[in-house]
Order: sequence, then structure tokens, then C-alpha cells
Amino acid sequence: MPTFVRTDKCDGCKGQDKTACMYICPHDLMKLDKDGSETGHAMKAFNQEPEQCWECYSCVKICPQQAIEARHYADIVPLGGSVQPLRGSDSIMWTIKFRNGNMKRFKFPIRTTPEGSIDPYGGKPEADLSKIDEPGFFVQCNGYRAGDPSELIAK
Amino acid sequence: MAGEFGNPEVVEEEVDILLIGGGMACCGAGYEIMRWIDAAKAAGTDITVKLVDKAAMDRSGAVAQGLSAINTYIGDDKDPADYARMVSNDLMGITRDDLTYDLGRHVDESVHLFEEWGLPIWKTDENGERHDGSKGLPPLAEGGKPVRSGKWQIMINGESYKWIVAEAAKKALGVENIQERIFIVKLINDKNDPNRVAGAVGFSTREHKVVVYKFKACLLAAGGCVNLFRPRSVGEGQGRAWYPVWNAGSTYAMAAEAGAELTLMENRFVPTRFKDGYGPVGAWFLLFKAKATNAYGENYMERNKEMLDDYPPYGQAAVPASCLRNHLMLKEMKDGRGPIYMDTVTALANLRETLSPREVKHLEAEAWEDFLDMCVGQCGIWVGENIEPEKKNSELMPTEPYLLGSHSGCCGIWVSGPTDVGAPTDEAEDGVPEHLPRGWNWGYRSMTTVSGLFTAGDGVGASGHKFSSGSHAEGRLAAKAMVKYVLDNKDYQPEFAESVEDLVAQIYQPVKTYLEHKDYTTAIDINPHYITPRMLQFRLQKIMDEYVAGVATYYNTNGHMLKVAEEKLEMLKEDALKMRAKDLHELLRAWENYHRILTAEAHMKHIQFREESRYPGFYYRTDYNLVDEENWHCFVNSVYDKETKQWTCFKRAHVDLVDKSKLFK
Ligand SMILES: Cc1cc2nc3c(=O)[nH]c(=O)nc-3n(C[C@H](O)[C@H](O)[C@H](O)COP(=O)(O)OP(=O)(O)OC[C@H]3O[C@@H](n4cnc5c(N)ncnc54)[C@H](O)[C@@H]3O)c2cc1C
Ligand code: SF4
Ligand code: SF4
Repeated sequence: MPTFVRTDKCDGCKGQDKTACMYICPHDLMKLDKDGSETGHAMKAFNQEPEQCWECYSCVKICPQQAIEARHYADIVPLGGSVQPLRGSDSIMWTIKFRNGNMKRFKFPIRTTPEGSIDPYGGKPEADLSKIDEPGFFVQCNGYRAGDPSELIAK
Repeated sequence: MAGEFGNPEVVEEEVDILLIGGGMACCGAGYEIMRWIDAAKAAGTDITVKLVDKAAMDRSGAVAQGLSAINTYIGDDKDPADYARMVSNDLMGITRDDLTYDLGRHVDESVHLFEEWGLPIWKTDENGERHDGSKGLPPLAEGGKPVRSGKWQIMINGESYKWIVAEAAKKALGVENIQERIFIVKLINDKNDPNRVAGAVGFSTREHKVVVYKFKACLLAAGGCVNLFRPRSVGEGQGRAWYPVWNAGSTYAMAAEAGAELTLMENRFVPTRFKDGYGPVGAWFLLFKAKATNAYGENYMERNKEMLDDYPPYGQAAVPASCLRNHLMLKEMKDGRGPIYMDTVTALANLRETLSPREVKHLEAEAWEDFLDMCVGQCGIWVGENIEPEKKNSELMPTEPYLLGSHSGCCGIWVSGPTDVGAPTDEAEDGVPEHLPRGWNWGYRSMTTVSGLFTAGDGVGASGHKFSSGSHAEGRLAAKAMVKYVLDNKDYQPEFAESVEDLVAQIYQPVKTYLEHKDYTTAIDINPHYITPRMLQFRLQKIMDEYVAGVATYYNTNGHMLKVAEEKLEMLKEDALKMRAKDLHELLRAWENYHRILTAEAHMKHIQFREESRYPGFYYRTDYNLVDEENWHCFVNSVYDKETKQWTCFKRAHVDLVDKSKLFK
């Protein structure tokens, strides 16, 4: 399901030097056509290597204009369906349209804390350098499983 | 002027520790390391660190889409030894118990942090009803009960899993210590000690810059290898690999070239997945209790169960290894009783009878969420083909092979393990090259056999089934050990064995080749002086598919086919020096494919060396079509010599550190 960019919606991220889709694609697929020489549509983005698209939807989810959608791989999937997300700060909504016109909508939580709120070491102890050779991390969150010593048969 | 295509600017930097990759493992390392660095600073030593990723950490690596489960969570009711046994069983008896046991005791620490940071984890309430992660039930760290979708897995609402984990890592490291869109091409050995790393070189995929890092230690955790075999879809759907198409074997290739010992590179993972979309099946089997059948509705695990008796003792385990389950399914396909189906209709109907009305309402959503959280493409297939799982069953298919060390595979790099679990300190097999360590630990946890080079996640061999949480925890283990390494090597001054000038020239060679020859022909892609990275990849995939047990031969190969592959790969490796790059994007593809070729070669050499079929269902050597416990109950390891371009394969003895007899009936 390679992604495609809708000419009516993409605004090239308003001419910033880094577009959101280029920033996020893990496979370096999204590209801004600055002068229109590659697509005929200046200042709009496109998927430069659609057959390498993993359909990870990272670009779809991040585009501020909702300009990116996916058209299922033409060599595999019959036309007409669509799967489109709208990602908010604490949940994601999916609109799913079948080839036969049936629709489904789902909403799932994605995060229980505000975005950007993680305080990585807040309330956590310092590391104790004298323990650098021992098992265990700098902090214990009640998840260390010491194990029954009798299980270690070679010891 | 430097900074143009064909004439890149050269940026040289020196740090103490470099983290290569921004996936689960490096995010774990980034989080853990700063605290130890702070402690070292308080004790009077400043340590600098930098992380480079070829993509953006928020969505890089295998967890880019998100995940719907954390596959490794031990819980307080199981022992790390149980975990080590399970991993060993699924990988046909040859794993490093020291590594898996150590992971088992640490992994839940990372899971508890994920939840604290905001990852929604499903819970079961006091009435046994399950709720999604937004409900606000007590966290796992305080005794909250997860929803188990199997003995080891817990369910999450994981669309933003990577986003959350990356946020913590980025904050811990500080954005000034992170550089994205840097592709690392190779490691540089130390001038005075060829068995040590001193640096790494790569390039920016956004600016015309070559970057050269000098360091004391580095964590190489750039994921597994995808697209070294011809994928089942060869048109627009080529990118639909099951594992992330952007992980190109950089970890294995760069480590091998630096001289690190690899292990079990013959191992591969051939997951059975929903056909074409490669949607996950775990929740369907484990959570929805669905059965897979042949075209006639027969459960092939029952029908063919006596085939398990061919593989004692592994066939007798309560849960047969993943490869053996494939083995029984392939029998149906080869005998013409396909297609294979996941019987979603019966499974959902059965569940409707046992669950509360509220749960039934969520049931359908759960089935879709499983895909939407980590494999949206599968939903694309379902909507395109009008498949609603309660009404229509879906086809299953084994994929093309992937190489990885963190999911249900165990190829990778041979690393130093913990010292307190009874691991061997000497080697019982002959033939291990002199310069390599004896025994399973040599000072620093997660260090490879090359001094200063560490790895984690998909990089660590002989210990599969770590998954997302385990890769994060393993990155943390490595981080701690690297700080110790740097503290112990304060006076070490890294010096490069190669000149920066040569390295820059090597990396930009594909650009130079292009600029030099592009006007020789009228067609930009057809030119006798160069090969496009895309065609090189096709050639690699064809060789691997047809000779090294890809889907074309139903995963069969033999010594003769491997010999042919060997010759073809050698020529391919030579031609890789003639790759062209017409822009930075293509330069990225060129070096990715170079890494794929080396990884593929390692895979082929290991299969050639191991004269048995250790993983029936993943691949068969038809000339040695048995699991030969007497001669091959051992690791197959190798080292690569980048000067002579030759591989040396050898055996390492396998030892059990926990009792495996408990697994078998
Ligand atoms: C489809 C799928 C489903 C999965 N399901 C589950 C599940 O349900 N539960 C679970 O717990 N786990 C699951 N996993 C496994 C989990 O995602 C992996 O185990 C984990 O991500 C491995 O971590 P890693 O850090 O080794 O690699 P990754 O997370 O893949 O990270 C690799 C990193 O290296 C970078 N990189 C690569 N090459 C270079 C280079 N040359 N230079 C610089 N950077 C580079 C990449 O950009 C990336 O940042 C799944 C994986 C996949 C693909
Ligand atoms: S993120 Fe959206 S708006 Fe911005 S360039 Fe990409 S497609 Fe256009
Ligand atoms: S779906 Fe993923 S792989 Fe495809 S273009 Fe978007 S971000 Fe890139």
C-alpha cells in the first residue's frame, strides 16, 4: 500500500526546510518537489520509491494537512478500500472503508501521559558506581527477577 | 567547494561512546547510559556520548508502526530459567543460556518504565475482565495484572510505543547529542590493535557530508536484515516485507568487517503470517485461540503430528518450535492441500460464547487493532478483499527468510555474557581461531570479540525472543558495560588504521562512478560502467532465493546449490564496487545493499558449514536432511577477513546452564 500525496491538500509544510513527511519516513521515501521538476507539482511532496514503502503510516499520521493517504499495492489488492487514521495526542481514530462500501470506525488509546511530559530521571536515584559490575540497572522499578539459584545447574 | 554532490564536506568528531542506531536497543542504551555517565562525572571522569540514526528516532527501526504486544514480560510468577528454557526450545536447543537468563532477569524493568512513561498496557480487573490501557488500573510495577496473550506476551495499545520510548531516550541524552539521518557505512579499526575499534564513518542523507567519528567504545545496534531474499511480492508490493524493509544487515556486515565473531548466521526466521499483508498471527493463535487449517478444514498440527517424532527431543516439547510448526504446514502446501487458512470465523464464534457482552463488543475492535497497531497493510488487504474476520477466513503463508537476533531468530554477533550464572570459561571444541576468547565472558557484558565494540537487540546472536522490551533492556546492559569499559581505558587514545581521505573516497565512490560515466550512454540506468543499487539488490535476491533456500525452492538447498551461490555472490561483491549513486538517496541504497550482500554471504557460508538441517521448516539441506545431535549440537561461528574477503567458519561447544529436560514429555 504505497502512500500518495493529494495535490489539493499538501502545502509543502509551508516552505519550511524540513517537511514533516521527509522528517519522519524511516526509509527516506518522502521527498519535496521544490520546483515541480519531478512531479509537475511544485512545493508538494511525493513518495519517491513507492515499491519500497513498508506502509508503516508514519508519514500519514504526521502530515499536518492530512494530505497523505495510502493506495493498497496494485499488484496485490483489489481497488476501492481505504484505511485512514487521525492521530491525536492521546488516541488514534481509524476510518476503514471496504471495497464493497462497508465502513468501520475504531478509536484506540495511544498514550496515558501528555506528549513531551516524560521526565526520564524524575524521582529516580543516581547510579551507584560501586555497583557497575553487578547485575541490575541504575534504578529498580520492581521488575528485577532474581531467579531461583538452584535452576543454575552449571554454577 | 566542499559540501556539494561529488565533493562532500568532511566532518570529524571525537566522542567517548557512539551509539549507532536509534531503535529499541539504542533507546534503552541512551536512557541507561546518562546516569552512569553522571556518576562517572561525579567521580571525576567526563564521558561524552553521541547517538546517530539513519532515520528519525520517533519512528525508526522495527517499531516504527507501533506494536500491539510486548512479547517478553516475565512477570513475578516465572523464573528467568523458564524463559531461558523456552528460548532454547524454540531455537532447537542451541542458544546461550547465560544471555537469555540475564535478559530474563532484567527485561521487566524496562517494561515497567514504558508504562510509567505513558504506554497503555491492557489489564485484567479483579473479576477477570480485560480492559485496554487507558482504564487507569494499577500499573504492573504495583501489582497490576497484565492481559496475557500467551505465556510471555502482554497486550498493549502500542501505536505510539516507539514515539514514547524515543521521547525518554532523547530527553535523557539531550538533543545536542543526537544526530538523525546519518547512515554509518563502516567501522574503523585501531591502528595499533587490529582487534579494536577506534571509529566509524558514514554520511548524511540530507547534506553532502561525510561524518567520521573517533571513539573508545561503540554500540552497534542497527537492527536485523530484510530484503536479502526475493520477497514474495515483486511489483509495487515489494516493500511489504514482514520485518522492516529498512533494516539492511548493517549490524552484521559492519561487525564482520571489523573482525567480530558472528554466531548462528545460518539461523533465519521464516514467519507464517497472513498472506500478502504479513499481518501478525500471535494474537490470533494465543488470544483468540484460532486454529490454522488446510483447505479441507483439517488442523495440520494434528494431522501431521507424527512428523514431530522425526526430531527428538525437540519434537516432543509441549510447545513445538516455530520452525517445526512451519515444517508441518509446508507438508500440506507441498502435498497440494493448500491454501492454508487461519480459521478466524470459528475462533470468534467460540469466543462470543465465553465472554461478557462488553468484552464481545471489544472483541472485534481488538482483532482490528492487532493489525492497525503494527501492520496496517494487512487491513489494506482485508478492506480490498472485503474480508471481515468473523465472516471469512484468511489465508496464511510462510514469508521469505529474514535474518535477525531479537525476534524469533538468533543469528548475530558473539558477545561476552554475565559472569555469575555458571557460563563456561574455556572452549571444548577444536578449531577456534587463536586470537578469539575462550569461554562465554571476557570482561564486559555485550562486548563483541572486538575490543570496544558492543551490540544489543538484533545484533546479539544465540539469544532470540528478546523482542522490543528485551532489546531495550539489552541496550541498557550494554550501556552500563560501555561506561565501565571507558573508565577502565581512560588513557587509550584511538588512532585510525585507515586514512580519513581514503575512507571518504570509499564512501563517495558510487557518486564518483556516476558522475564519471553518466554521459557515456543515453539511458541513465543502462551503462556498462556501473550498476544501480536496485539491480544489485535484485541480483542478490535472485541468488539467495534460488540457491540459498528461498521460497522458490520451498526453502531447500544442498551443497551443490550453495557452491553455485558462493561463486555468484563473490562476483556480486566485486560488482558492488561499481554501484552508482545519482543522489544521496541512492547512495543510501547503495550502502544498504552492500551490507545486505555481506550478511547474505555470512548466511550462505554458515548453512554450507553446518552439515545438517537444524531448523526444519525454515530451511532444509536436502543432502543432510536431519537434525544431527551427535555432530552438530553446537554453535557455528565465523570471522571475516576484510583484506582477503574470506570467511572462516568453526564450531563452538554448546553447554546447558539450565536443565532442559523439563521441556520434554
Ligand atoms: C512486524 C513486527 C512485529 C513485531 N512484533 C513485536 C511484538 O508484538 N512485540 C514485541 O515485543 N516485539 C515485536 N517485534 C520485535 C521488535 O520490534 C524488535 O525486537 C526490536 O525493535 C529490535 O530492536 P533493535 O534496536 O535491535 O532494532 P530496531 O528497533 O529495528 O532499530 C534499528 C535502528 O538502527 C537504525 N539503523 C539501521 N541501519 C543503520 C545504519 N547503517 N546507520 C545508522 N542507523 C542505522 C534504524 O534506523 C533503527 O533506528 C516486532 C517486529 C516487527 C518488525
Ligand atoms: S507533511 Fe503533508 S503537507 Fe507537509 S510536505 Fe508532507 S504531504 Fe505535504
Ligand atoms: S508509509 Fe512509512 S515507509 Fe511508506 S512513505 Fe510513509 S513513512 Fe515511508
